[in-house]
Amino acid sequence: MAVIIHTKEHGNLKPPASTTGVIGWIRANLCNTWYNSLLSLLIIYLLWQVIPPFADWALINANWISSGAECHKSGGACWSIIHANIRFILFGFYPPPEQWRPLAAMIILFSLLIASRNRNWWSRNLLFVWLAGLIIMGLLMMGGLFGLTSIESDQWGGLPLTLMLSVFGLAAAYPLGVGLALGRQSRLPVIKSLTVIYIEMIRGVPLISLLFMSAIIFPLFLPEGITINKILRAQVAIILFTAAYVAEVVRGGLQAMPRGQYEAADSLGLNYFQTMRLIILPQALKIVIPPTVSVLISAFKDTSLVVIIALYDILKTTQSTLSNPQWMGFSTEAYLFVAMIYFICCYFMSTWSRRLEVELHTGR
Amino acid sequence: MNESPKTEDIEAKPDNAIIKIIDLHKWFGDFHVLKDINLEVKPQERIVVCGPSGSGKSTMIRCINRLEEHQRGQIFVDGVELSNNLKNIEKIREEVGMVFQHFNLFPHLTILENLTLGPIWVKKVPRREADELAMYYLEKVQIAEQAKKFPGQLSGGQQQRVAIARSLCMKPKVMLFDEPTSALDPEMVKEVLDVMISLAHEGMTMIVVTHEMGFAKSVAHRVMFMDEGRIVETNTPDNFFDHPEHERTQLFLSQILH
Repeated sequence: MAVIIHTKEHGNLKPPASTTGVIGWIRANLCNTWYNSLLSLLIIYLLWQVIPPFADWALINANWISSGAECHKSGGACWSIIHANIRFILFGFYPPPEQWRPLAAMIILFSLLIASRNRNWWSRNLLFVWLAGLIIMGLLMMGGLFGLTSIESDQWGGLPLTLMLSVFGLAAAYPLGVGLALGRQSRLPVIKSLTVIYIEMIRGVPLISLLFMSAIIFPLFLPEGITINKILRAQVAIILFTAAYVAEVVRGGLQAMPRGQYEAADSLGLNYFQTMRLIILPQALKIVIPPTVSVLISAFKDTSLVVIIALYDILKTTQSTLSNPQWMGFSTEAYLFVAMIYFICCYFMSTWSRRLEVELHTGR
Repeated sequence: MNESPKTEDIEAKPDNAIIKIIDLHKWFGDFHVLKDINLEVKPQERIVVCGPSGSGKSTMIRCINRLEEHQRGQIFVDGVELSNNLKNIEKIREEVGMVFQHFNLFPHLTILENLTLGPIWVKKVPRREADELAMYYLEKVQIAEQAKKFPGQLSGGQQQRVAIARSLCMKPKVMLFDEPTSALDPEMVKEVLDVMISLAHEGMTMIVVTHEMGFAKSVAHRVMFMDEGRIVETNTPDNFFDHPEHERTQLFLSQILH
């Protein structure tokens, strides 16, 4: 009787070489059909046409530190406009000798934001650190104490102004929006109709008109002699506007909650606030992270609309440098620079939100 | 499931019904879902409610902890009347546990957190004590090793056992079960019924809406048949299954017991 012994292992056969590695990837993703191959070739051709000239302009022939006149002579990008005007772009009319103060304030703000990225660090202490940070930032910006010269807020501008309007705007609009969403779901008719009226009215008006109202119409109603800071008024307008949009997004999340969750909370004897805080909102807000972040990102970019009430945010300060005859004509470089700053901030928000989604995913 | 330790302790108790429903009526819009419901449940009594779908059995037990509002009649739980008084509602909900068809666990919390939520926030039990309580009941439903997982990671039968343990953590005087096994795969029904049976043997007062007739036979003191919003027949399990009084009960039984 012949005994056949199998010595070859069949379990570990490798897939054919043509389906793995770089070649496999190219085959699967670029050339899997004849028209995809054609498209791939077309795109490679277009990239070839666009990227080298752009790199030439933006990097190789670029002027980094030069006068405007030199820039005009060479054909490359004139990054010198940023270099020459960086202080005005970043800080606006804040007196140059004092500009270390907004810089320090921004560094504090960024450190706090980065520290708050990690949810494990969220604690009561972090809240106190934030409070302390806010007080120090306010002190740095305003001055008037501890030997710091007092700087009026109409001299504030540039990046600190943009960050201030957006960080406080978003931080205040989010809880307000959640409150409005809960109000809209309320069984009490008065609360419900008030929130519906508020949300629909705010959403029915452009942000620009709200800013105009805050800048021009609102002061008319104040008694004589009382003025409210213009930045604060713009800030409030941004908060009220964004909150209405956040509210509608959150409402979507609330409506996605199954009734069983409310019933289970009720049958345990939890009251309304406990049910919302412990059961409903944690789930509903998680569901709507992607659209919420969209709203917050667009609100961040909309802060640039404060130019129309003559506040010098970073977009306006950048634009202003272009009116200097020496730097006229380099708007591409200037706007690319601002766009990059906006992009970095927005990208930070969107990566963080994606991370949050992953962390909060509990498998269902 | 064959031994039946049923009637012995009930008769001893005097007439101190823990749940008393008098002349209960309820409408959904124009639809009259519950008609003239009268029911008394004594401590430690176990009642199984059955009937065709849409007969109002779920609605009736949901009225008992005010998940549904009734429009006429009175409901008393442990002497407290259910009315619009929020204090009374909260008090009653603390004493009445409920288990749902679809478990309704909180998916964003771990099993342990699901169990400790009620004790900590409603009964103000310190966290450590609540954790111990939760682990005790998780052992009891034989699922303690899953305490750190999330509901989405458990099977249906396990989730339902967690849901039972979650209710027990509130130390309820009455447990309501709303079709606790209807959403389960067949092989998981038994593990849930076993937990309910052992609960019954410990003397828990239970009202169970179910079509598990084996459970009714072995555990119930009384079986109630509802149809079109009325209680058609209430009987001992033996009489209910062997000599049902009403034609409609007979018809129903012939349809579910093949």
